[in-house]
Amino acid sequence: MFYKKSGQFKTSYDADQAMLPLLQERISIFVILAVAFLVIPLVATTYVINSLLMPFLIYSLAAVGLNILVGYCGQISLGTGGFMAVGAISAWNIIERIPDMPVLAAFLLAGFITSATGVVFGLPALRIKGFYLAVTTLAAQFFLIWLLQQPWFLNYSATGVISAQDISVMGWTINTPVEKYLFVLVVVIVMTLLAKNIVRSVTGRKWMAIRDMDVAAEIIGIRPMATKLQAFAVSSFFIGIAGVLWGYLYLGQLEPAAFDVYVSFDVLFMVIIGGLGSILGSFLGAAFVVLMPLALSFLGGILGLGTAMVAYVETFTFGVLILLFLLAEPHGLAHILSVAKQQMRIWPFPY
Amino acid sequence: MTFFIEVVITGLLGGLMYSTVGLGFVLIFKASGIFNFAQPVMVLFAAMFIAGLNQEFGIPLWQAIPLVALLMIGVAWVIERFVLRPMVNQEPILTFMATIGIFFILLGLAEMFWGSENRTLNVGIPRGPVFIGDILLQSYRVYSSIIGFIVVLLVVLFTQKTKMGRVLRAVADDHQAAQAVGIRLTTVWWVVWSIAGLIAIVAAIIWGGSIGVQPIMVDVAFKAFPVLLLGGLTSIPGVIIAGLIIGAGESVANVYLGPLIGGGIGNWFPYIIAMVFMLYRPQGLFGEKIIERI
Amino acid sequence: MATQETLRVDPDVGEVLLRVENVELAFGGVRALNNVSFSVRRGEIFSIIGPNGAGKSSMLNCINGFYHPKTGSIIYKGNRRSRIRPHRAASQGIARTFQNIALFKGMSVLANIMTGRHLKAESTLVENAFFLGRARREEFDHRKTCEHIIQFLEIQQYRKSIVSTLPYGLQKRVELGRALAAEPELLLLDEPMAGMNLEEKQDMARFILDVNRQKGVTICLIEHDMGVVMDLSDQIVVLDHGGKIGEGTPDEIRINPHVVEAYLGVKQGEEA
Repeated sequence: MFYKKSGQFKTSYDADQAMLPLLQERISIFVILAVAFLVIPLVATTYVINSLLMPFLIYSLAAVGLNILVGYCGQISLGTGGFMAVGAISAWNIIERIPDMPVLAAFLLAGFITSATGVVFGLPALRIKGFYLAVTTLAAQFFLIWLLQQPWFLNYSATGVISAQDISVMGWTINTPVEKYLFVLVVVIVMTLLAKNIVRSVTGRKWMAIRDMDVAAEIIGIRPMATKLQAFAVSSFFIGIAGVLWGYLYLGQLEPAAFDVYVSFDVLFMVIIGGLGSILGSFLGAAFVVLMPLALSFLGGILGLGTAMVAYVETFTFGVLILLFLLAEPHGLAHILSVAKQQMRIWPFPY
Repeated sequence: MTFFIEVVITGLLGGLMYSTVGLGFVLIFKASGIFNFAQPVMVLFAAMFIAGLNQEFGIPLWQAIPLVALLMIGVAWVIERFVLRPMVNQEPILTFMATIGIFFILLGLAEMFWGSENRTLNVGIPRGPVFIGDILLQSYRVYSSIIGFIVVLLVVLFTQKTKMGRVLRAVADDHQAAQAVGIRLTTVWWVVWSIAGLIAIVAAIIWGGSIGVQPIMVDVAFKAFPVLLLGGLTSIPGVIIAGLIIGAGESVANVYLGPLIGGGIGNWFPYIIAMVFMLYRPQGLFGEKIIERI
Repeated sequence: MATQETLRVDPDVGEVLLRVENVELAFGGVRALNNVSFSVRRGEIFSIIGPNGAGKSSMLNCINGFYHPKTGSIIYKGNRRSRIRPHRAASQGIARTFQNIALFKGMSVLANIMTGRHLKAESTLVENAFFLGRARREEFDHRKTCEHIIQFLEIQQYRKSIVSTLPYGLQKRVELGRALAAEPELLLLDEPMAGMNLEEKQDMARFILDVNRQKGVTICLIEHDMGVVMDLSDQIVVLDHGGKIGEGTPDEIRINPHVVEAYLGVKQGEEA
């Protein structure tokens, strides 16, 4: 009843095409954004920002990137960690070695470098898919982490860990948690909008056509090679930027080894749990994967389990959740949400 | 020159150890078309349970191993009943992701039971150097490869000579035809995953004795994947030969190339070999060509 | 849809759009096509018929680049063609439907038909990302064209439905819509009426005729329903076991003894 669609007719393609055609959805988004921009900076503690909001936002961006590749274009990648590392380390090297490089330009450039790397390691997708492709993307994961640990990339740091330089954008130095949060928030929102536009456009349809039946896609003129590589490129750009944000605005330290294969799995879980082929799903999945360990360690604390045991239970629980989602709801949380919306539309009637 | 031969042969022997891990994967794939991403973790799981029972509960190895064998058969049953059967109509990519789920379940369980400390798993395979002519080798590797080779022979004998083996080959060839003659796929899958579990025990023993039993074993067992890609996922001779190639290649690269570019290349070298090979021949050395008809 | 003048090209004087010359195709040891030759003139409805396994689908696959003939050539719009990929064939104006429906299962009817506009879309990735200017205009233009096709095929109420939820007959219509969205010169239809009831067949026949008469699209059709074939076609070629056993107008084919024999005495109007 609250979610009625009736009475909201579209009289032009423009209106039908709008991202949030329903008034209720527009109001919800407005409220969420208002809270995000106005309320949280005033109210949230540093703990909440650092343990919850920052990982959530940055992982959401990485998940959007991976969803483009896996959910929309039907490929698979276990190299997400490696690509995040490429973004972070590239940005660091650019800023370190090119004096007076504007920060935003450096970040963008790091994104493009990651994009190019993604295309190179996406080449096998032209000949293989599924498991085979998953294994070759592991090649990317292991090779890139090794490569980025070579002394040159870290400017011969003795510890193997480098510190992110201070960054300022147009004179505004970003160093408090709230400032970092706002910067990340803006970046993530802007990039999500771009992603949404892309997936609803010709490009998005090309990707989905390749995903659903690449043989048929060819007969309408879609070139599988170019389209798949394009998906890798765009996806890697997003993931690279996520890596930059992770290193610069979250941790402050850049350590290639921290972007290990388990990061790749984590982002893949976010995409599966949140919903393949759904931008919203990427956010839902990221929230889930970020919150779950915190919930588990809270429970573990109550039950008196040690932190190591909590970590093991976490591993086990993720495995179980993956299975549950794949068995019961392969379309993830996003689908559950849209079903719930349908129910709300007709509530209080059952059908 | 002798040194070079030593490096190569050591690599060949090591490669056979990878093949042993991959063998279970090939069986599962042939019989059910499923890519078992959890295969490396099955090795760790078996290793940790054997070592754990042995060291935490004092159960002698010759008892622990059969117990874990029963455990693996039980695990196979659970997997078949609760994962494979419900997912039978799903697209392969989703089933593949389900095996990633199994990966984490088994990993988590093993750690929950036994923690993550390093344990030993010593069944008494002789160590120490051995000389074959002029060439110095590790006797452990020699024996491990022989064991691995015997396992392969047993598997081949099983599939060729026994009734169940024939059934497996029928299922691998054509699911529907097999069902049409009354073969129950669910039973076959349970058998195949059990065998894969038993092979994992062998791999667990030889790897456990070599590098110790701890979660990092998974990283090593992971290298079975490039071996599988190179060999072709449907071929037992393929996984052997690919293991030899990757083992030798990795060994040579580690010794001769590694120092030039920074060391520690063993982690990714097999993967890059597989990746480059996939660009030219996706079916691997001996796999069946993947044809898509409209 | 602006009504165009009926440009019914007289088959006697239409230029040859597609010529198949001595095409041979084999898979392993099996000969799928054996020295097949025929011509299709612009603006006509040309049918390929024959018993099952005669090589009809293989012939279509050669025309649109999925298979490459071992020997012989395909000459399209005057150009003798070497091995080309399907997307090249598409860019040359050839569109196609499939026997077993090759729709994009996860997408809606509208989205599927919009993918057919792919080759007409010129906006780049960056323009798409910002949805401005050309990207915006193109999207709406494509939408308009696709809506006309949807109207033409009478599937308006299904436009947002996911295609995998639709019945078979409707899916076939959507596939036709996707092929039409590309504004092809040559439309290859592989058993467009398979599995349809009488009413659906009549609708589909009407669509095919309208596409041919109103838009001047040349149609190359595989079909088993002899009644449909005889009613619609300007020219027919008959294949059996990979070889051509007859070619001509419906009247000529009807009395061709080889054809009659191959079909074991099936007459016009009966199902093959």
